[in-house]
Amino acid sequence: MNDHVQTLDAPPSAWQRFLDSHLWHSFTRDRVAQFSLLVFVAYGLMALLAPLIAPYNPYDPAQIDILNAEMPPSWEAGSDPAFWLGTDAQGRDLWSTILYGTRVSLAIGLCAVALQAVIGIVIGLLAGYRGGRVDSLLMRFADVQLSFSTMMVAIVVLAVFQATFGTELYQELAMVMLILVIGIAEWPQYARTIRASVLAEKKKEYVDAARVIGFKAPRIMFRHILPNTLSPILVISTVQVANAIIAEASLSFLGLGMPVSEPSLGSLISSGFEYIFSGSWWITVIPGAVLISLVLVMNLLGDWLRDVLNPKLYKG
Amino acid sequence: MIAFLIKRVVQAIIVMFVISLVSFSIQDNLGDPLRELVGQSVSEAERQELRDEMGLNDPFLVQYARFAKNALQGDLGTSYFFKEPALEVILKKLPATLELVLGATLIIMLLSVPLGVYSAIKPYSLFSRAVMGFSIIGISVPVFLTAIGLIYLFSIELGWMPSFGRGETTQILGFWGSGFFTADGLAHLVLPCISLASIMLPLFIRLIRAEMMEVLQSEYVKFAWAKGLSPRRIYFLHALKNTMLPVITVGGVQIGTMVAYTILTETVFQWPGMGFLFLEAVNRVDTPLIVAYLIVVGAIFVVTNTLVDLIYGLVNPTVKLAGKK
Amino acid sequence: MALLEVRNLDVRFGLRSGEVQALRDINFSLERGERLGVVGESGAGKSVLGFSILNLLSQPGYIAGGEILFEGQNLAAMSPKQLRSIRGNRISMIFQDPMMTLNPVLTIGQQMVECLLAHRKISRKDARRIALQKLKQVQIPSPETRIDQYPHELSGGMRQRIVIAIGLLMDPDIIIADEPTTALDVTIQAEIMDLMLELCERNSVALILITHDLGIVSQVTRRAMVMYAGRIIEQGPTREIINDAQHPYTQGLMNALPQMAIPGQRLNQIRGSMPPLQNIPTGCAFNPRCDYVLDVCHRELPGFTRSGGCKVACHMVAQMKLEEEAAVHALEVK
Repeated sequence: MNDHVQTLDAPPSAWQRFLDSHLWHSFTRDRVAQFSLLVFVAYGLMALLAPLIAPYNPYDPAQIDILNAEMPPSWEAGSDPAFWLGTDAQGRDLWSTILYGTRVSLAIGLCAVALQAVIGIVIGLLAGYRGGRVDSLLMRFADVQLSFSTMMVAIVVLAVFQATFGTELYQELAMVMLILVIGIAEWPQYARTIRASVLAEKKKEYVDAARVIGFKAPRIMFRHILPNTLSPILVISTVQVANAIIAEASLSFLGLGMPVSEPSLGSLISSGFEYIFSGSWWITVIPGAVLISLVLVMNLLGDWLRDVLNPKLYKG
Repeated sequence: MIAFLIKRVVQAIIVMFVISLVSFSIQDNLGDPLRELVGQSVSEAERQELRDEMGLNDPFLVQYARFAKNALQGDLGTSYFFKEPALEVILKKLPATLELVLGATLIIMLLSVPLGVYSAIKPYSLFSRAVMGFSIIGISVPVFLTAIGLIYLFSIELGWMPSFGRGETTQILGFWGSGFFTADGLAHLVLPCISLASIMLPLFIRLIRAEMMEVLQSEYVKFAWAKGLSPRRIYFLHALKNTMLPVITVGGVQIGTMVAYTILTETVFQWPGMGFLFLEAVNRVDTPLIVAYLIVVGAIFVVTNTLVDLIYGLVNPTVKLAGKK
Repeated sequence: MALLEVRNLDVRFGLRSGEVQALRDINFSLERGERLGVVGESGAGKSVLGFSILNLLSQPGYIAGGEILFEGQNLAAMSPKQLRSIRGNRISMIFQDPMMTLNPVLTIGQQMVECLLAHRKISRKDARRIALQKLKQVQIPSPETRIDQYPHELSGGMRQRIVIAIGLLMDPDIIIADEPTTALDVTIQAEIMDLMLELCERNSVALILITHDLGIVSQVTRRAMVMYAGRIIEQGPTREIINDAQHPYTQGLMNALPQMAIPGQRLNQIRGSMPPLQNIPTGCAFNPRCDYVLDVCHRELPGFTRSGGCKVACHMVAQMKLEEEAAVHALEVK
């Protein structure tokens, strides 16, 4: 009844529609989702504003004093009030380094997933809309790519590049390489899901209508079909960013990712691992906790979105 | 059966061909075998002569054919570092890695099925909620952090478990050094296997739960209830058998994926397996060893995928392994 | 004592958005060997009724009140173990879509034998012999090969025969058949229906036939119930309901049948559609679609009025009956 009245008066604004949506209603009731979003936004702000918040610049060698190395956090004995989370093995302020590290990890995760999404959506739309031989070729390609483990491919590719370029040059390119490798390796996730929803949408009348009116294929795909595949894209993206951050951390841990001079959370953990046996646990544990909580809230958000939006995701 | 095998063999050949091509281009572009052999002190003219002699100036295809021919005979070159045939070096480390994967797989299979099934049958119970909570934390913790955490807790703080290496191994079948038969070997296996399993276990629990819940809603399960069967038979025969079909397919791929994660686990625990060796080889630019690793891992992928398909065909009656109709 | 007697059955779904009443004051009885038709649009609660009789509702549905008396025992209050001894044994069900009813990974034989073994203490060999015998009864050709095949190797009609064979396996007292032929090819629908009826007749099994097809009901059942929005709005002898429907909804259903339309003209559809269960109007659930709607229809849920052999839940019918009685009374007084 209500919808009816509204359409008569005036089209509801996007904001109004959002407030009326199932998504928003479920969000107002779900404590876990609220908490997760809060934490995620906090991390996002920390990453974005790192240069403003951080008391020191960890990239600036002039601000680093090796004599400050391995200072414990402020609540432990022998700490220095200047470094409330302590310092790492090179004498960098851990709090500042974590802020910058979160920035690097999130940036790599988001960019890699953006790349995955662009490749995957274009291929998925193309395969689903065109069908036939194009479709089977592209999907076979996706199958092959998926049958190799992403992690394996990433390790091998990065290892080979590192060996070819030499460590020096590689470290300069690390960020770009990580984004490219993680971005390219996981596109089939998107492509398959988008293809499945395109196939479902294609059967519906509005697509036929658009075709009859004489719209061209790209316009139909991007203007008409794509908006209807948004909910699976949203669900996948949340989980994929979490996965990309884990992948980046793992690669950095192996020494194939960000260099220690410009650490992500993963390389920071890696650099601290050697010192865990000598009692300097905080260099590993604190960035580890940051990494886990960041990934955890993203996974919780992804789960919540999947429950609420309940899109048809591609299994397997 | 024969048709199935032929299909698999053809697929395996294609995959191995691609891997060999990739491996060869790595070998071709990475490092200069000449320098490794003769060092810097040889003149440019002599180098050219040597290159011709070794066939390094031949066309790509000729070089690849030579590489493939040698590879088929098990000759993947000599490791620069170990000065031994690369394949032998890798194969010596294979048992350590496979035992790690085997242990982790056992943990995953023994835990994921009962936990996944239980949380599907009783989705609202406290225990199921706890399982689901742990599983989402589980997928959020990177494997190396689990490993570090386990070492910190059980090796450093409590001192219960060894933190690195394989411990005491026994020789079985003449060549396989196994850690499964001594107390020390088993103790060394525990933490690495748990960390390796930690990444896959939550995925499997969630997958089994989701599939099982879907199957429990199906008409044939309702019909089974209407037939008056016991819950045990309905859950563990009617529902579970259907649940396991997609789980086997996904699971097969994931077990292949686990080989990649052994690199991480082996690094943290300094486990003397292939992954650890591979990373060392990367740091030393030991090309033949890198290539040998890729080919062995590729073979493992092919074998597991074939096995998974076979098991799937045996469990699922709608797939015919045999050629007959 | 009736074989099955349902009294004041009340079934609800506990949804997150609140409770939904799926069935309300359901009252009927079934005699041994009788055939009862349950008619209604999809969503009227026919299938829910079928499942509730066996107490087979899956979460979040539950029986909120009433009794389901089978030979005097209340199925709604039975332990799961007792229920199991009745399900598939004394009362069995035939589902709508034979493609989905049989478990794809078990052979026909396994699915038949397990049912026999669950209810009788017999050997696996004897169970197989009985299963074969039942397959012959439902006219499956070469049952010895079919029994070891998987469902996907058989056609839809063949599978429904097997489902019927499983339904009849324990020689039950009641079979609840939920749209047993709807999912089949039109050409074999009659064949399967005839087979089912013949087997019920021969073994004097009572049949509850749930369908949206008034034609089938009029052909095969002696008594019928019409359901609307979770309630039985009219029940009685099938012939009376078909020939002289009282409730405006039943009349609408009859008029909507293709054979009631004049060729070349539009079918006489009932305007509007059935309300979703979360959103049933107050008073009579049919009031927004009814041509004879009265004031009271918006306020009060109609009770049952006897009219001939039928019970009808309609204010208009009740009022007409009253007027009629008054007129008769007036005549008598004169």
